[in-house]
Amino acid sequence: MANTYTAIATVTVGAGGASTIEFTSIPATYTDLYVLLSLRDNRASTSGDNVKVTFNSDTSSVYSYRLLYGDGSSAGSASGSSEAQTRIQYASADNQTASTFGSLNMYVPNYTSSNAKSISSEGASENNATEAYMGLTAGLWNPATQAAITSIKFAPYNGTNWKQYSTATLYGIKNS
Amino acid sequence: MAITYEPIATTTLGSAQSSVTFSSISGSYTDIILVINAKANTGTANIVWEVNSDTGTNYSYTYVNAEPGGVTASGRASSTASPYLNFYGYLDTTWGNWIAHFMNYSNTTTYKSVLARFNNSNNGTGANVGLWRSTSAITQIKIKTSANNFDTGSTFTLYGIKAA
Repeated sequence: MANTYTAIATVTVGAGGASTIEFTSIPATYTDLYVLLSLRDNRASTSGDNVKVTFNSDTSSVYSYRLLYGDGSSAGSASGSSEAQTRIQYASADNQTASTFGSLNMYVPNYTSSNAKSISSEGASENNATEAYMGLTAGLWNPATQAAITSIKFAPYNGTNWKQYSTATLYGIKNS
Repeated sequence: MAITYEPIATTTLGSAQSSVTFSSISGSYTDIILVINAKANTGTANIVWEVNSDTGTNYSYTYVNAEPGGVTASGRASSTASPYLNFYGYLDTTWGNWIAHFMNYSNTTTYKSVLARFNNSNNGTGANVGLWRSTSAITQIKIKTSANNFDTGSTFTLYGIKAA
C-alpha cells in the first residue's frame, strides 16, 4: 500500500523573526494538502491573532471565510467575502503567556482541481490567563481563473512579524 | 516506520447524484477518515450519513456552529434516522468540505462515534459529533443529501488509520 501522507517541507522562523511563512513550488503530485503550524507574532495583545492565508501570491478580492471562536467565556463568529485573503485562527500574540505558541492546522482538499478551493482549519492560542482563544474556520479561494495551488503564504493578521521558533510543516496526502 | 494512513477508496462524481456508498469496508484499520469536497448541483442540502444500511432511528448528533448573521449556536437531535454531518455548513452551490472521523469503527463492543468538521464559507462552519447506537462493526458508509444532489466533480475519499 502506498504511503499517502508525506512531509513536503518545514519552515522554522529564525532570530529576528519573519514577516511571512511561505511554501513555494508545491508539487501537484498529491490530492490534498495539510499544514500544521505553531505560531506566535509581535502583536501587542493578550487576544492572540488571526492568520492571513493567500494562495499563489493572489491578493485580489477573491477570498471568503466564516469563523467560529471562543475566548474562554463566550463564543462568537465572523465572516467575510471579497477579501484579499482568507484567514485562520489563532496564533499567539506578544502579550500572551511567554513561550507559548498557537497551534493550528489547515486542510485543503483537491488543491490541484479546477474548482474553487475550500479550506478547513482549527486552532488555539492557549494562554495561562482568563482570556484565551480557539477557533474553527471555513475558507474559500475562488479566483476568476481557477488554478492549482502552487504556493501558500501565512502572515500575521494584526501583527507584522512571526516570532522566532514559529514553525509550519506542509504535508501532501494522496487518495490512491 | 509502519504506514498507518492509507487510502481505501475514492469517488469523483461524473454526474450529479444524491448519494455515495462505500461498501465492504475492511476491518483492518483502527479509525476511518472521510474527506468530502463538494457542492450542490442546485439549491441546498444537508449531508446525511448512514452506516450498514441502517435506516432506523439509531443515530444522534450534537453540533456547535457559526451561522450567517453572526449567530453562534449549539443543538442536537436524538433518536433520528437522518444524522447530519453538518448543521448549517450545508451544501449549496459554493464549494465546501466535510471531514468526518469514524472512531474505532470496527470494534464490536461499543457504539460508534463520528467527529465531523463542516466547512462552507458561505453559510456555516462548526463541529458535529454523531453517534450510531450499535455495537456492530461498520462495514458500509453511505453519504447522501437531504435534497437535491451532489454536483459533478464532487469527491469522496475514505482513508484508514492504523493505531500500530
